[in-house]
Amino acid sequence: MTAPLTARQVQPEQVFDVERIRADFPILKLKVNGKPLVFLDNAASSQMPQPVIDRWVKYEASQHANIHRAVHYLSETATAEYEAARRKLHAFINAKEEREVIYTSGATEGINLVAHAWGRKFLGAGDEIILTTLEHHSNIVPWQMVAQEKGAKIRVVPINDRGELLIDEYRKLFNANTKFVGATHVSNALGTITPVRELIDIAHAHGVPILIDGAQAAPHLKVDVQALDCDFYVFSGHKLCGPTGIGVLYGKAALLEQMNPFKGGGDMILSVTFEKTTYAPIPAKFEAGTPPIAAGITLGAAVDYLTNIGMENIAGHETDLLDYATDQVNRLPGVRIIGSAEQKAAVLSFAVEGVHPHDVGTLLNEDGVAIRTGHHCAQPVMQRFKVPATARASFAFYNTMAEVDALVASIKRAQKVFG
Amino acid sequence: MRKRYSGKYVADSKNLYQEVILDHNRKPRNWGGLADATHKSEGVNPLCGDHIHLALRVAGDAVEAISFEGESCAICKASASMMTTAVKGKSRGDAEQLVNEFRDMATGKLDTATTPHHLGRLTVFSGVRDLPTRVKCAILPWHTLHAALNSQATTSTEADADPMHAPVIGV
Repeated sequence: MTAPLTARQVQPEQVFDVERIRADFPILKLKVNGKPLVFLDNAASSQMPQPVIDRWVKYEASQHANIHRAVHYLSETATAEYEAARRKLHAFINAKEEREVIYTSGATEGINLVAHAWGRKFLGAGDEIILTTLEHHSNIVPWQMVAQEKGAKIRVVPINDRGELLIDEYRKLFNANTKFVGATHVSNALGTITPVRELIDIAHAHGVPILIDGAQAAPHLKVDVQALDCDFYVFSGHKLCGPTGIGVLYGKAALLEQMNPFKGGGDMILSVTFEKTTYAPIPAKFEAGTPPIAAGITLGAAVDYLTNIGMENIAGHETDLLDYATDQVNRLPGVRIIGSAEQKAAVLSFAVEGVHPHDVGTLLNEDGVAIRTGHHCAQPVMQRFKVPATARASFAFYNTMAEVDALVASIKRAQKVFG
Repeated sequence: MRKRYSGKYVADSKNLYQEVILDHNRKPRNWGGLADATHKSEGVNPLCGDHIHLALRVAGDAVEAISFEGESCAICKASASMMTTAVKGKSRGDAEQLVNEFRDMATGKLDTATTPHHLGRLTVFSGVRDLPTRVKCAILPWHTLHAALNSQATTSTEADADPMHAPVIGV
């Protein structure tokens, strides 16, 4: 389901106790430059709570072995835990079947997998792929590579000045040559929540499969791939309080079965002779080689952690943070918020008049405030707003209103330094 | 003694944004184009969008005139501004020596506190060595100067186009 964040059901305050949650995150006790760390770069990577860290340690201390192979106790334990984590991920996004959940190294690999395994098989000369202006480079470059190889063309959905997709323009891009759509669920640079359900329905009305990049959505709102009816959905573990090097590609079983393998190797075969190899059924067909077993199991624990708090509660608190931050930053003369979509996740991109984003970032760091500065791997978005880069604060459920105040105070100080 | 990275992150940027840097950022010296330029180069840092145009008039062995313009952060702009005042009137060889010394200082290879150098006030940029993502901002104008003196039309802080082999920082 894609209920907008603002339509959340806010739980009573005692249910969402941010200080209790913060106590789970050892890294939040750090001091940077003598100041308490204010971590507002969650859209890049979010922090790991102790129960999730403990899960990784438990695997290495008592369960480490290769999976899907040997008959000994440890291998069977590791296999069972790795597959149990797949079941958790399957439930987390409400996929229909477990075999539709493919482990990847992250959202980027998921998109590359589809671009190669689906794109190189089904795209031809003159075919068209629709992408949006809001895409991260990871949902642009793989498609350009395939398009170049196959002689296909990329069409781009424009956005308005608030950073919202122009749905009517999207509709107009479809024609007989349209073969695929790739669209983000939440813009990493602006925070825009796109109307994914509408994007999917329109694509399907034209008989075109669609991939949703959920890297920024999965950590912040409840994702239900069956309700969305998307054909593919990708996300990364390390933005979900999990480890790096692990992520998920969801795909409808019928599509995954039609696709070529992406990587060849062990674990993805049924039988091999030098004349012919028969591929394993999904998901193994796409999981060649020894996977990041510890990371997969740990991601399962991260999903448990988030589910225990409740994605609705997470979305609710983050929206409160965004609303407060937007209001406070809007009051600062000389600061412009970039991206003011009606539906937004907790991302605040901004420009400080007369201060380059990189100088803003360095000055905020002096106050212990960690934000991202740069083009956010979304150069088409920067070009659309005619800025070389922005400063971006992105919030997680463990951030507080006091941290928003610290952000605002630090921006004021940066303005004073450059005044 | 300069501060070193020791597990506990110690940013030295309090020293980085010194008044002289802020002043050159506000009022860059030798700003603009150069009508009778003999050497030109364009420097780009694709990671952060810093972009400068540098123009020189070299007569015989001397850098007679130098100017720059572009869009960049304060560190890059102040570095460019102070670079132009430092190399104006110098020989090509002296200018190249400053390029090397500045790069070595910014990347931490030259400790200006213990090793003789010719950088003078340019040592205000020594703090960038503790801020790896900002090193390139400070070095870009010097890359561009090196490229101009060697008749390269463009230079970049990235990959093969990087004549200075500065450390590559991820996107």
